[in-house]
Amino acid sequence: MGNHANVARAHPSVPDAADVNFYQFKGRWSGLASWIFSTDHKRIGLMYLTLMLIFFTVGMSLGFLMRLELIAPGRTIVDAQTYNVFFTLHGVFMIFLFVIPGLSASLGNFILPIMIGAKDVQFPRLNLLSWWLFLFGALIAITALFTGSGPPDTGWTFYAPYSIRTGTNVTLAACAVFVLGFSSILTGLNFVTTIHRMRAPGMTFFRMPLFVWSVYATGWLQVIATPVIGITMALIMVERSFGIGVFDPVKGGDPILYQHLFWIYSHPAVYIMILPALGAISDILSVHARRTIFGYKFIAMSSVAIALFGSIVWAHHMFVSGNSLVANFVFSLLTMIVAIPSAIKVFNWVATLYKGSIQLETPMLYALAFIFLFMIGGFTGMMIGVLSVDVHVHDTYFIVGHFHYILFGGLGFSMFGSLHHWFPKMFGRMYNQVPSKIAWFLTFVGFNVLYLPMLILGWEGMPRRYYDYLPEFQKWHVVSTVGSWIMIAGILTMFINLLHSIKHGKICTEPNPWGGGRTLEWTVPSPPPLENFDEIPTVTRGAYDVAPAEVK
Amino acid sequence: MSTHSIALASHKDYRGSKFAIWLFLITEIILFGGMFLLYSVYRSEYAQDFHHAAGELNTLVGTMNTLILLTSSLTMALGIAATHRGNRKLALLMIAATVVCAGWFMVNKYFEWGAKIHHGIYPGSEHLAAFPKGEQLFFGLYFMMTGVHGIHVLVGMALLTVMFVRVMNQPNARLSFVAGHGLQRAEGCHLAIIDKDGTALWKGEEIDSTMERIDVQTKYWPVKERFRVVDFNLLENSGLYWHIVDIIWIFLFPLFYLIT
Repeated sequence: MGNHANVARAHPSVPDAADVNFYQFKGRWSGLASWIFSTDHKRIGLMYLTLMLIFFTVGMSLGFLMRLELIAPGRTIVDAQTYNVFFTLHGVFMIFLFVIPGLSASLGNFILPIMIGAKDVQFPRLNLLSWWLFLFGALIAITALFTGSGPPDTGWTFYAPYSIRTGTNVTLAACAVFVLGFSSILTGLNFVTTIHRMRAPGMTFFRMPLFVWSVYATGWLQVIATPVIGITMALIMVERSFGIGVFDPVKGGDPILYQHLFWIYSHPAVYIMILPALGAISDILSVHARRTIFGYKFIAMSSVAIALFGSIVWAHHMFVSGNSLVANFVFSLLTMIVAIPSAIKVFNWVATLYKGSIQLETPMLYALAFIFLFMIGGFTGMMIGVLSVDVHVHDTYFIVGHFHYILFGGLGFSMFGSLHHWFPKMFGRMYNQVPSKIAWFLTFVGFNVLYLPMLILGWEGMPRRYYDYLPEFQKWHVVSTVGSWIMIAGILTMFINLLHSIKHGKICTEPNPWGGGRTLEWTVPSPPPLENFDEIPTVTRGAYDVAPAEVK
Repeated sequence: MSTHSIALASHKDYRGSKFAIWLFLITEIILFGGMFLLYSVYRSEYAQDFHHAAGELNTLVGTMNTLILLTSSLTMALGIAATHRGNRKLALLMIAATVVCAGWFMVNKYFEWGAKIHHGIYPGSEHLAAFPKGEQLFFGLYFMMTGVHGIHVLVGMALLTVMFVRVMNQPNARLSFVAGHGLQRAEGCHLAIIDKDGTALWKGEEIDSTMERIDVQTKYWPVKERFRVVDFNLLENSGLYWHIVDIIWIFLFPLFYLIT
């Protein structure tokens, strides 16, 4: 038996880890290295958040330029090829680098282990690897823009056969998606295992906060759906490099199969994006309405149901691709079914507000705006799930309007709301209330001015992805572009306010700054200590139940 | 000498990592599932062409590779069983045999692919372009699917080589006592190795408040009676990965070689 002991001495005044927060804790590294080599879930969450918000800003700038180009028919600021590149990059950045990691990788990493009473995730090093793969994938995506023969111009969907013929740098972009997919799988795998194995004693599945439930459903989707996009992108790469022919009609391949494979992942991916957002809203509503969640089990199960049904509706993206009528009918029906669990959530949220003591703090404003926008997104989604309507509005601005209501009105607003909600927990400081409410107002109004005209334009027949348009569409395009200015003004106000408050906000170290927090993260100091809890708590009540002592 | 036990949270969750590796295996199945889906669609569309094209493949090499992979799965399982019986030599031998089988498989694959390419049958070749569409797709899928499988075999070889080294040095446990996590409770004590009579074989410095952390590394090989499954967690999980690589080949073999 061999034995080896190594004793390290340090400064005489090493504080106890339990007394300092995770920022102050001195690990093996310092400076930037203390972040990028840290396996602490809180640091990884914040690193995800930082990268994602940078990519969001890039995507937003591209969107701003696209709207500017569309303010008038014909060439306004860029040529047609550049415009194609803009919408491809806008899609790739927003989808793969912002909304797919979304709330799950950023806030999920930060808050989920604390919510279930764990010290960290199950595999902290794998978690760090996920982040590195995310960074690496993003770097490949950016490299694809500046190397080869021009940035990709296929749209974020990389539809074959154009994606296998175009001379632009699709191979590298597909490689980036492959790597990002790997990162997403590892995050999902890590979270599902964490939720199964690391819950505190007494924290049964039905005592978990609803955000945890939604991340759990998302984790399964990430594990089950993402490998499909991995192999699809690998096939595109091999197709472009060697010409194996599986998507090439010249060699007998079928491009429709590409569409199937792509949407088998990318439709569930929509739920990977939106589910954690739905979960976060439940938590925000409960805290700011000072109210236990109405219909807890229904909301929890509806997340699982959405994940389940969301996995079998992919072909509704392909109603005009030449599917059989039977297939279209079945997929249309299944699409309608997804609306049921989504509506269950909305009804329960509204019922949660009923007789609640509603405090219109900034996170609550975002949450309420979310419900409104998500409903518009959901209803327009129902409309295009109907075969006969979809045939008319397919590939028009109606679709663009619809998914922006879901992804931005849904995920974006939930993300901003969550940022404001957990900001004091993350940084131990409070942001300025007045600018944050002004920012919310500008974003909310700007959002509707920007995207509502798109629904109208699409209904009138304006096709999506077009560089030029007929003069009769200009009126609504101008309104939409003006909306983009208002919304961006709001978002920038929000960013400046939050960034300023990280350093200069009012200090707010109490565990429960909103006063209504009942889940475990509101029992630990803000910011949390390195290992979250001095002692792993024993849970004796449901996530939103009031502790018996508090009942009067 | 006072003894003081320190409660430490060495996080080794056997069931947790088993759970995770099974999730990972699901992703592997779905990854290949995408290609099997393409195969089934094109096979039903071009049944005749697939039938003809399959005749070009060398069934002998395919059968040989199937036998090699099945044997490697056996040696893998025997290797893990050997650790349970505390037989380290046999465990190492079996892991090595698995890596050798995997290498052998890849050598066969190299010659098989080489012969095809020599005959001008590879994606993008002019020779293949003259074939009927279904045969072009057959070979496209053949190279893609056996190629992705081959990458998995290479990854498996690398993984099992690492496992070989780990088992050779295994199991060694590393415990860390960090200030603020129970270390202060041992203040005033010494770190020591004591035999069963209480005689100190080795004694370290006194632990005081300036100590930031203590790392203890132990190396041991468990006998059959003291075997802990958690010590060979990674080996078992690598074994599971190896079996899935094997199973995928079990499906690839008849679908490409035996449909003539």
